[in-house]
Amino acid sequence: MAETVSGAEIQLENVTKRYPGTGEPAVKDFNMTIPAGKIVIFVGPSGCGKTTTMRMINRLIEPTSGTITIGGEDTLKLNADALRRKVGYAIQQAGLFPHFTVAQNIAVVPGLLDWEKKKIGDRVDEMMDLVGLDPSVYRDRFPRQLSGGQQQRVGVARALAADPPVLLMDEPFGAVDPITRGNLQDELLRLQLELRKTIVFVTHDFDEAVKLGDKIAVLGDQSTIQQFDTPEAILANPANDMVAGFVGAGASLKQLTLLRVRDVNYHDNALTVVAPDSSPAELRKQMSEQGKTYALVLDARRRPQRWVHVRDLSTASSLATVGRPVGDNVSTQSTLQDALEAILSEGGNAVVTGSRGEYVGTIDIETVTNTIQQLRDEHDAGSAAS
Amino acid sequence: MSSTTKVQGFSTESGSRRADRVRLLAQPVAVLVIVGLVLLWAFTRSNDSIEAESIQASVLLAKTWEHVLITVVVAAIVVGIGVPLGMVLTRSWAKPVAPIFIGIANIGQAAPALGVLVLFFLWTEWDGLWAAALPIAFYSLLPVLRNTIVGIQSVDPALVDAGRGIGMSSRGVLFRIEAPLAVPLILAGLRTSLVLAVGTATLAFFVNGGGLGELVDTGYKLNRVSVLVVGAVLAVGLALLIDWIGALLEEYLGPKGLS
Repeated sequence: MAETVSGAEIQLENVTKRYPGTGEPAVKDFNMTIPAGKIVIFVGPSGCGKTTTMRMINRLIEPTSGTITIGGEDTLKLNADALRRKVGYAIQQAGLFPHFTVAQNIAVVPGLLDWEKKKIGDRVDEMMDLVGLDPSVYRDRFPRQLSGGQQQRVGVARALAADPPVLLMDEPFGAVDPITRGNLQDELLRLQLELRKTIVFVTHDFDEAVKLGDKIAVLGDQSTIQQFDTPEAILANPANDMVAGFVGAGASLKQLTLLRVRDVNYHDNALTVVAPDSSPAELRKQMSEQGKTYALVLDARRRPQRWVHVRDLSTASSLATVGRPVGDNVSTQSTLQDALEAILSEGGNAVVTGSRGEYVGTIDIETVTNTIQQLRDEHDAGSAAS
Repeated sequence: MSSTTKVQGFSTESGSRRADRVRLLAQPVAVLVIVGLVLLWAFTRSNDSIEAESIQASVLLAKTWEHVLITVVVAAIVVGIGVPLGMVLTRSWAKPVAPIFIGIANIGQAAPALGVLVLFFLWTEWDGLWAAALPIAFYSLLPVLRNTIVGIQSVDPALVDAGRGIGMSSRGVLFRIEAPLAVPLILAGLRTSLVLAVGTATLAFFVNGGGLGELVDTGYKLNRVSVLVVGAVLAVGLALLIDWIGALLEEYLGPKGLS
């Protein structure tokens, strides 16, 4: 059991849920393949059936018709309790049992699977380390003695304890403050790098979907799939008005959070000069030769220091004090959103630095707008072709 | 699940925890002092032969023991029937019949205890311990039954969902999640039931069940106030002690981690 199971593919075919005594089904003819090892987000307005659809995967709700397979195995042919022990489940506010300690909560599923006591104990410690809770401190605490964020971590640890290939998460971070939520999201992404589970994640927060999803399914009434694509594609080209409405204002701004400076064609043709090796007079000569009005002064390790306008140079005695200091700069790792912020506060141009803080180029607002335009064109072409 | 009509539970909480603590210490002390003083008075005064027949250690001990025995048997029956029945009645398939059982238990408590006792005696023609314990159990069943139901119904449905969602069977969820979390309310119900039982046990002498009621009856019929007073004070003292034991159970038997 200890081998790392990577995710399993989930396939839903013609899945329908109709509650007795209601005319329209809650979920109508739902078809989707959820690729192994990916995070797929179900996002949609409340009451659209996204949670119902997710709960049919572990049969907390039995589908009226259709088939669901996990790793090729028909879930409807399994014992429902046995199925759920192989599918991790994490919910809003963690759902920890208040009369169980943290360790007892995490140990529930391994216990149900009849693991040996020693193995369960080791696994509990391992899971607590994984989610960043020191076992020696928190093992014997009760949930009430933890913060909301810590409870949520224990909830994730409990869901992962038996190493299930599939993890279902129902708005797990919905009830914590925005800062903690951001941290928990980052941590989930970090865990996923390591674990590569198949994760189905339900949320109504589109920004959360963009941040976490490998793919996003925007669902409408009766869980009809409005669009099922990568976050980039949905932001660049919403399939219909409903998706556009859900993406909301600022789709382009949200897109900027998905792109990194290293992915775009920033400029590397600024005139640079290393301060100790040059003088104002020399720089002035270079600038007039190259027809530039601005130059960037670097220090001995090529880190950006100051912006210099050509007319500053006539009165300057040293390059170390001339012009104005470089304010915000961005690294090649920064998102385009950070870059845009820096561009705006720097007044048109932001310096891009490499991993050691050295100058590698500059980025301006035109680069950003061109990138967005290019993405749109690509996805337009893509959807026109299909 | 949350749409089910919630039945109000019995509670013996007096509000402040500090007041509860003080009461937990003071109650048994007060009982012992009062009972001790009354017994001292009864044994040192000059008793006539009729009084002396009742006011002697062996008789008082025997009657007290009978009274305790009835109470213990009633408590065992009430827990043995009320808790499992309450658990069963909270299952979704039992919902339609739950009001019937609650109704029956309501009748049991609403009817005068003496009436239930005598009717049961006339119907079965039994006498002795069981003839007293069974109808008294019927009379004091409701608090435990109702608090078991309320206790389980008030468990957060998200916890039941979480339990089922990670693969516990519905029986597993009942015994590991719902029942333990209902324990504080069940114990509060048991305490109420115990108080009802110990009080009603004074009527057991009507069906030859013995108990402290017999002393009261003797004192009244033979016009001996001292016997009457001793019987009454012992019955009251016992009731307060049983209530105190119930409070101890509530204090120390609840699940950990809840406060």
